[in-house]
This record gives sequence, structure tokens and C-alpha cells, in this order.
Amino acid sequence: MNKTPLNQIHRQLGARMVDFGGWDMPVQYSGVIAEHMAVRTTAGLFDVSHMGEIEVSGSQAFDFLQYVTTNDLSCLNDGQVQYTALCYETGGVVDDLTLYRFTADRYLLCVNASNSDKDFAWLEDLLKKTDFSDLTLTNRSAEYAQLALQGPVAANILAKLTSTDLSAIKFYRFVEGQVAGIDAIISRTGYTGEDGFELYCPAEDGVKLWEELMRVGQSLGLKPIGLGARDTLRLEKAYALYGHEITADIMPIEARLGWITKLKKGNFVGRDAMLKAKEAGLPRKLIALTLTTSGVPREGYPVFCNGREVGYVTSGTMSPILKKGIALALVETAIADSDQPLEIGIRKRQMPAERTTLPFVK
Amino acid sequence: MNFPEELKYTEDHEWVLAEDDVVTIGISDFAQDQLGDIVFVELPEVGDTLEEGKTFGVVESVKAVSDVYAPVSGEVVEINEELPDAPEAVNNSPYEDGWMIKIKLSDPAQLDSLMNATVYQEFVEKD
Repeated sequence: MNKTPLNQIHRQLGARMVDFGGWDMPVQYSGVIAEHMAVRTTAGLFDVSHMGEIEVSGSQAFDFLQYVTTNDLSCLNDGQVQYTALCYETGGVVDDLTLYRFTADRYLLCVNASNSDKDFAWLEDLLKKTDFSDLTLTNRSAEYAQLALQGPVAANILAKLTSTDLSAIKFYRFVEGQVAGIDAIISRTGYTGEDGFELYCPAEDGVKLWEELMRVGQSLGLKPIGLGARDTLRLEKAYALYGHEITADIMPIEARLGWITKLKKGNFVGRDAMLKAKEAGLPRKLIALTLTTSGVPREGYPVFCNGREVGYVTSGTMSPILKKGIALALVETAIADSDQPLEIGIRKRQMPAERTTLPFVK
Repeated sequence: MNFPEELKYTEDHEWVLAEDDVVTIGISDFAQDQLGDIVFVELPEVGDTLEEGKTFGVVESVKAVSDVYAPVSGEVVEINEELPDAPEAVNNSPYEDGWMIKIKLSDPAQLDSLMNATVYQEFVEKD
């Protein structure tokens, strides 16, 4: 099993470890709900070193990435981050990722851990099949440790360890600086919906960075956070998770990711299939549902309308903030756009669910 | 971890308090710890007949759904009405506030096949 540089730290902290797509990762330390609330009210520290990093550099890096990703790279300046996706020719998703622009000819893609090798192979394959020549793909996943510091007091904590002016780093921007004397990419991004940072540092410095952040953060309420709360936090904000809301069989435009799918930017991998699907009318659509009675919707549960199955839950949980069952569900477009009452099938019962605007927690 | 002496236990981590022919049932400290934060409990209705080894309810944590099995057969005579609104009681007080159901035994001899606290503790430590 793969281990991040912080594996021993998690074990010392008494975390419950799970196999997460081949990675030995902490699912919880003190408890999912307590960790969730810490991130919403103070701050939490996540080891996300399992995430993959792929560098793309060269004079044709821009053109290549503009062709293989769905978002429009021409909107991006140096020091900016963009949420985007890699798609198959079918329009289905290879992976979703954040793309960092260092310069016009150097980029870093931060990709999902379990997709990292697949993504790299996919990019290599595309490179071979196309005319792009002056660029280099480098899988740097093993070189980086990545920590996510998230929550309303995240900036106060980070400020104790860096001379970088954090107020100058706006949302979805990054700088290269030092944190606790360690060279790091300081990125104002995250997967929780709170203010915060994702910090990339050399793998061998990961433990020190974690320990320093915990040392200065503890008095401000900083807690270590496992994958359990990472999932409930992202779901309250209705952020897509690969393998759930987006897969090789789901187009981003079906999963409310039209905003990262720039069909007018010019040709890109998957665009033709998406245009065709759009013209024919997308058969299904991702919607947000809240259970009106008690219960917990889960991935794979069916969604019903007047007793007929019209879709399924892609992700569901009990929202620690709302204290209600919440779900993202992929349902027939006509039903999604109507106001006909919906139910979620939970075991043998059909429980009423209300359509909700996204995100669940504002 | 706490396993009261006066209770009997199953391999599925339910406990039984047998005072007379009506027994109280819940899940053990080990079970609640393994599940993590419990957010939903589904119980049978008073009057339902339960069969030993069959599921009688569901306990859900944030991450997982788990069935709860009847340690003995009998008729449900009372359920813990507080649990649907306060499922966290199963975490905080698995043997008292977190009790789930009371059933009237149909075959008291079934109690003999359950583990006592010492045997259960060994069972859990092996697990």
C-alpha cells in the first residue's frame, strides 16, 4: 500500500487508517463530526500528499493543455490556479484537477491520487497522438508532500510561520514562498468551502511542515482532519468528487460543471461529443436533494418520482451543519427541471426529498 | 473500553441485559467506537416479532450503514423513543441512554449461547 510521508504522524495521533484507493490514509482522528465542525469554525489540517502532481513545461505547454483540458487556459495569468478537467473523446471525465500556471510555459496539474498514473498515461498518449512536440510531461507526485490548512482562522495560523503577505494571495492564486523555513507553494485553494491554503513542499519536509503548523495552530483550535470529514465538508458545498459525480461515463456538463467546460474556446478533447450531446438534449442532470424526514441518503440509492425510478444518488451523507440528510443525484433532465415531488429509496422505503439550491451550506 | 459484567454479548456486538423474561438490547462500546459518530438509528415497532440472528434495525454513522441483529427471539415490547432524535446517545452511553429495544423472550434458553463480558472482551481483542 502507498504511504504518504506523514504516515507515522497519523498513527502516532491514533488516527483510524483505511485503504483509500491504494493509499493508507487517516479516515478520522477525534471523530468525523468534531473534525468537520473544527474546519467550519476554526481550522483543520489535512494530509493530502496522496494527490498527484504532474508538471507540463515547454513552449507548447499552453497549446497542449488548452487542447486536453476543458476550461479556458487563456483566462489564466501567472500565479493563478484553475479548476478544470481532462475528458475522453466520449466527453466522459478522465479526472478533475487544479491547474497551476507558473509561467506561460510551465504548469503544475494537481490530480486525484487514484487517477494519477492513469492521467499521466493519458497525457503521454495524447502527446504521442498529436503534433505537439516542444513540451515535457513529468510525474512529480512522489516529490511533493501536500497539506491543506482550511478554516476561518487558517490565514492567522499560516501568518505565524511565513513572511509572505497572505492578504496579497487572493482566492485561487498562489505564490512560491517559505513556511517555517521550508520552500513551499502557498495556494489559496481548498476542498472545504472555507478560506484556507493548500501547501506543497518537498516530500522530505512534509513532517516538519505538519508539526510546525500544529504547534502554532493548536491554540487557535487547529485539529488534524481525516478523509471522513473531507468528504462531508466537500459535500455540504456540493463539490464534485471523481468516481461519484463525475466518471468516465458522466460528462462535466451533466454534473453542473458547465462553468469549467468552455465549449466556445476552440477544439479540445471531448468537445465534439459534448456539443452533440447538448444538441440532442442532455438526458440527465445533477441535482441537490435534502431529505425532509430523518435518514441518510447514500451513494447508489435510487431516486423516485411518482413511484418510478428516475435516477440515483451520486453522493450522500448526514450534513453535520444542517443535521439533515443531503444528496447529490443524477436524474432525468425533464424530472430534474420539473417540480414533481421526489423520493429517495432508502432500504425498503421511499423517503421524500426536496430539491435544494447549491451549495447545501452557504 | 467498557464491557459491563452484568450483560451478555453477541459476535455481532449487541448486548443483552436479561433481568426477567423481558430483555434490553443495544450495541456494545466496541461497536459504537468502530462505527464512529452515529447519526441515524432505525428501530422496529412495538409488537414486531424478532427472530434470533435476523436484523431488527439499522445504525448509521456518517460513513457507514450497519445492521443490528436480534440476539434472541421474541416480541418487541418497548423501543427507545429518544434515539431517533438523539442517535449520538449510542456513542455517548451505549449501555444506558443508548439502549435500543426491549423484547419479551420466546425462548429463554437462547441466552445461554451468548458470551459473558470476559469472553466477549477476548473476542473483541482478537478481532
